[in-house]
Amino acid sequence: MIPLSFYLVLSAILFACGVAGFLIKRNIITIFMSIELMLNAVNLSFVAFAAHWQVLSGQVFVFFVMVVAAAEAAVGLAIIIAVFRTRETLNVDRVNLLKL
Amino acid sequence: MLHYILFFLFAALAVGGAVNLLAQRHPIASALSLIVVMGSLAGEYMLLGAEFVAAVQVIVYAGAIMVLFVFVIMLLNAGEEERSLKGSKVAIAIGVPAMLAGLIMAIWTLTRHNPANTPVGVGAMYGPAIAIADQLFRPFLLAFEITSVLILIAIMGAVVLARKEEQQ
Repeated sequence: MIPLSFYLVLSAILFACGVAGFLIKRNIITIFMSIELMLNAVNLSFVAFAAHWQVLSGQVFVFFVMVVAAAEAAVGLAIIIAVFRTRETLNVDRVNLLKL
Repeated sequence: MLHYILFFLFAALAVGGAVNLLAQRHPIASALSLIVVMGSLAGEYMLLGAEFVAAVQVIVYAGAIMVLFVFVIMLLNAGEEERSLKGSKVAIAIGVPAMLAGLIMAIWTLTRHNPANTPVGVGAMYGPAIAIADQLFRPFLLAFEITSVLILIAIMGAVVLARKEEQQ
């Protein structure tokens, strides 16, 4: 039997890694992957709480988070492709103007 | 005992993958370590008895979403990450104390006797697909239907954004 807090600490560590990646990475695709990592960390605490309180709503929420993540990945990657087409770069430091 | 071994195995894999995601310079290496994180999180979900979520995690996250990422990385021919043009002193000044505070909080949570330290019903197989479906199609039916609209909009948005501009 594993205490709930173990899951929460693991989730917190993964979320912190995601935040760190979001802040220190310069490649726009890697930044995007860090966001996915944060979503995954939140999902883990959702499932842990669902198992802890024996309420299934938590797992249904994970399902919705996954749907939103999939939609976000599709649109986000399309935006990345559009940005790359006009700027020829994936470095976020070089994408700092709205106007070309 | 076996539960603990499995938990720490998957936890170590997940944290190792997450740290590797930060350490690697090449996006494809980061993507592969993210797949490791997602796979080991599926293992954690199985430990928690969420078998449906574990299956969806592997199929949707490690399968579909990461394939999309790898596809885009290869399409754009993304190479090694450039070094940042300017380092941030503020990030270090705030980040290091924040990390220490987080570490102290984690240790405090793990050692202190609180309600959250009661064991989770591991391996109780709570959350089979039939129970999830019962929730999804009864209390969450409206949200479920709205998600289909969201997916539709996302598909159209992706098509419109990634489409090549016609030459005038």
